[in-house]
Amino acid sequence: MRSLRDIHTAILPLRLEGAGYRVGGAQLLSDITLNIAPGRRLVILGPNGAGKSLLLRLCHGLIEPTSGSRVWASGEARAEAQAMVFQRPVLLRRSVAANLDYPLSLRGVPRAERRETVTSTLRRFGLEHLADRPARLLSGGEQQRLAVARARAMAPQVLFLDEPTSALDPSATRIIESMIEGFSAEGIAIVMTTHDLGQARRLAQDVAFLHRGRLIEHRPANMFFSGPKAPETRAFLAGELIW
Amino acid sequence: MDGAFTAAFGLIASGDAALMQIIGLSLRVTLTAVAIASLIGLPLGAGLALARFPGRGAVIVLFNALMGLPPVVAGLLVYLMLSRSGPLGGLALLFTPTAMIVAQTILILPIVVSLTRSVVEDLWAEYRDQLRSLGASRLRAVPTLLWDGRVSLLTGILAGFGRASAEVGAVLIVGGNIAGHTRTMTTAITLETARGSLSLAVALGIILMGLTLALNAVAWGAGQWARGRLG
Ligand SMILES: Nc1ncnc2c1ncn2[C@@H]1O[C@H](COP(=O)(O)OP(=O)(O)OP(=O)(O)O)[C@@H](O)[C@H]1O
Ligand SMILES: [Mg+2]
Repeated sequence: MRSLRDIHTAILPLRLEGAGYRVGGAQLLSDITLNIAPGRRLVILGPNGAGKSLLLRLCHGLIEPTSGSRVWASGEARAEAQAMVFQRPVLLRRSVAANLDYPLSLRGVPRAERRETVTSTLRRFGLEHLADRPARLLSGGEQQRLAVARARAMAPQVLFLDEPTSALDPSATRIIESMIEGFSAEGIAIVMTTHDLGQARRLAQDVAFLHRGRLIEHRPANMFFSGPKAPETRAFLAGELIW
Repeated sequence: MDGAFTAAFGLIASGDAALMQIIGLSLRVTLTAVAIASLIGLPLGAGLALARFPGRGAVIVLFNALMGLPPVVAGLLVYLMLSRSGPLGGLALLFTPTAMIVAQTILILPIVVSLTRSVVEDLWAEYRDQLRSLGASRLRAVPTLLWDGRVSLLTGILAGFGRASAEVGAVLIVGGNIAGHTRTMTTAITLETARGSLSLAVALGIILMGLTLALNAVAWGAGQWARGRLG
């Protein structure tokens, strides 16, 4: 039995060194060298099909680089203290509370501690009144809130989010954004993608710009948005880069 | 004809002892076979959905084909195994309810395995990344997928129950239709009809129909309830 509190070996920075991903003759990610620092908020931008979701999956350990390497500071092959919110999160066909409990029980967290974590998570994310409801029947916004809550309950040092608000209305979007800011204040590193440039400006401390599977730029957000730019970046920000 | 129906309802209404004994044995044999086939077939089907090994395709095709295995052939196989000169002849199981349970398990197992495989495979495609992200290994994903597929899986198990309770070939060959011992609803109908004594046959026919109807009502109701309740 292990406690969530045992997971405190630092897993960041995460380093990609010349990482590439190739399937069936298509080079989907090429030669990406990237440092994901502890406690920072990194926003990955790029047009549709640039490879943003693939890059998140590669970092998270769902796919392996076919060239180059991915190295966690802790030396683990796949660090445990990380979580991801998918573009379309999958909730299990059970109650909201049971969805929060599930990843904790996978880790062998003792029952009493699990109950405590589930209760406090429900309260923190305003899900108490939904605790016993079947998760699949929640509204889109509530499902997204539950997916974010579930990820937070896993006590990650880095949280990956793939377009976490793309299907949400403005007020639900604001709620998720403030949650992300809250996590960041707790010291959790954030790596997220978005197509909402306003959101990128609000949340990003660093920006990585991807185009056709290549990392074009990776720099502090203010420099990305106001400094001199690579031609692809200029076209993208002007809304002229289609793919 | 009318006489047969009147007598049949009379038998059912009076709770005729021979009739009740036959129904009881039929249900005991089939339900036990369903339970054993599920116990083996659910994990086996889920394993087949998630595992990758050479020859996997062949195994899948085999189980799909076995869903169409004629009951008499299943009966014949079990007969050959259990007959006095067969490899398991020493167990003296031929013409016992146990032999009938074995034969029906063989009939139901491919249905449960194939359906479980297809349900779990579809779920796995949807769940794989999420479950891995939450920290589930392939092995640990199996019970999760079975649980999340529970409604569809129940339908498959009920289909297995339907097949077994309707078949006559397998239980006739390995059971022998011995009155009071291995006589089931379907074997009794066969025998009584051949003998021209229709009232018991019709009574059993009515009960079998009723059972099938009730089963389908339960399956449909469970599906509706689950869709509303679980999403
Ligand atoms: N398993 C795969 N096999 C082949 N091609 C794939 C595979 N997965 C992704 N791709 C391709 O890789 C490219 C990058 O996909 P990815 O999902 O990372 O894009 P994205 O930047 O997230 O786009 P979007 O903004 O539309 O979400 C796409 O062209 C996609 O079709
Ligand atoms: Mg994407």
